[in-house]
Amino acid sequence: MSSSTPEPEAASNRGASPPAALVVAATSHSYGKRKALENVGFSVTQGSFSVLLGLNGAGKSTLFCLITRLFATQRGTIRIFGFDVNRAPSEALRRLGVVFQARTLDLDLTVMQNLSYHAALHGISGQATKLRAGFVLDQVKMADRAREKVRDLSGGQMRRVEIARALLHRPRMLLLDEPTAGLDIKARADILKHVRGLVASEGIGVLWATHLIDEIEPGDDVVVLHEGKILDRGNASEIAARAGAAGMGPAFTALTGAAGFEGEPK
Amino acid sequence: MSGSTASSTPGTQGLGLAQYAICLKGIVWREVLRYWHQRERFVSALVRPLVWLFIFAAGFRSVLGVSIIPPYDTYVLYEVYITPGLIAMIELFSGMQSSLSMVYDREMGNMRTLLVSPFPRWFLLTSKLAAGTAVSLAQVYAFLLVAYFWEIEPPSPWGYLTVLPALVLAGLMLGALGMLLSSLIKQLENFAGVMNFVIFPMFFASSALYPLWRVKEGSPWLATICELNPFTHAVELIRFALYEKVNFLALAVVLGAAIVFLGAAIAAYDPSRGMLRRREGP
Repeated sequence: MSSSTPEPEAASNRGASPPAALVVAATSHSYGKRKALENVGFSVTQGSFSVLLGLNGAGKSTLFCLITRLFATQRGTIRIFGFDVNRAPSEALRRLGVVFQARTLDLDLTVMQNLSYHAALHGISGQATKLRAGFVLDQVKMADRAREKVRDLSGGQMRRVEIARALLHRPRMLLLDEPTAGLDIKARADILKHVRGLVASEGIGVLWATHLIDEIEPGDDVVVLHEGKILDRGNASEIAARAGAAGMGPAFTALTGAAGFEGEPK
Repeated sequence: MSGSTASSTPGTQGLGLAQYAICLKGIVWREVLRYWHQRERFVSALVRPLVWLFIFAAGFRSVLGVSIIPPYDTYVLYEVYITPGLIAMIELFSGMQSSLSMVYDREMGNMRTLLVSPFPRWFLLTSKLAAGTAVSLAQVYAFLLVAYFWEIEPPSPWGYLTVLPALVLAGLMLGALGMLLSSLIKQLENFAGVMNFVIFPMFFASSALYPLWRVKEGSPWLATICELNPFTHAVELIRFALYEKVNFLALAVVLGAAIVFLGAAIAAYDPSRGMLRRREGP
């Protein structure tokens, strides 16, 4: 491309294992005395669906704040396609799409007006916006609602537009913070199916934060986060096998149960 | 494999000047659209100064005499005197209201999407400020239009044009103050505190309602506070500009205050030293 900076992901290990879309290395964060994250490290490869599994208060939100650079990283490094979030924020953020837990769409504006605004935030305008917005809306099956006000959409449809919004600038890495919160079973399954479809068709890396175990499939990469620490990570079926459990649900209970009793007098 | 490497470069091709312009335009456009959908906000922003103009100023017309002070060449009616103060009040409320909307945005997640944009934060915050100021300009000119029918107008129509740069600068300063406050306010409810501790003191301890020489007669120390209040200088800048004149002291103070407030707001929204992380505490 016109950019003179070499693409780190292209320079290193070309042809070997697929490049890491997101690398979180030895990251710790505390609010005053309370430690929110302790030595957290994992990576998400391009074209994989990774789940960040943890209960409320496990540190998922803090981690998302660090990856999206709302807070500076206190200790450790976070890289998106090789670009340090704190040292090269612009390059890193360009490659990242984020679906926040909170709604970011203006209810009074139409779907298209919302998308135009968010495209502008990435320097995209005019015809390019129209084409791109049409494409991403089509991907989440919302193309026929482009002219409607967001207020008139259902919760699940709004979420799908949020995903379309996050994809506008063609990110290769997508973060989703509890994207199915507050949705009914049907809408939840829909969203999950759409995002899994994106991984398969577009080859983007996805980090899906959730506390819902039934959103995990056996082949997914899972990072189990509990009270700011990673208890286990790897393939869901491997984690279950290591924990000696029949599935991810019992494995999670076993892992968090063990962590909970650790250090306590018996 | 090579195909996937090529497509790993995002659609945006670096951030040139054109992209910055697109981003600024997008932020202003959204603010205007949002504003358009909240017309009751526009009406209330207009009613407030008009109540002051039609009721307060009319009632005090004979109580408060205003002598000939610059920029006025003759005796002026009290309504004429307080008009610049009311214009600045519109901008003050508008600036504080956009800070309210930033707190709201932050709770809703809109602020988050703004801050994950690849553009530098100072640019995003300055654009947001420009958008808020653009909206306040529309309010001011609507007010001036009503005032015109009340026979309050600058000495020549050129005044409407020469006041524009003063309005922009005063709007930026007050908006930057609001932005700074928005980084300090933790929740929406605290906005009532902003009314009590920022808007009212700034408005009343200024030259908006009474000339400073009159304040000095009553209370010299209050006059000193008024002189130190940047809002006084915003009012005077606008007052002079309506008469096609420049008050250089006011210009310097407003410009300086705008830079300081904006700089502090940008620092407050900086991830490493900002106030943002503090509010996330337990």
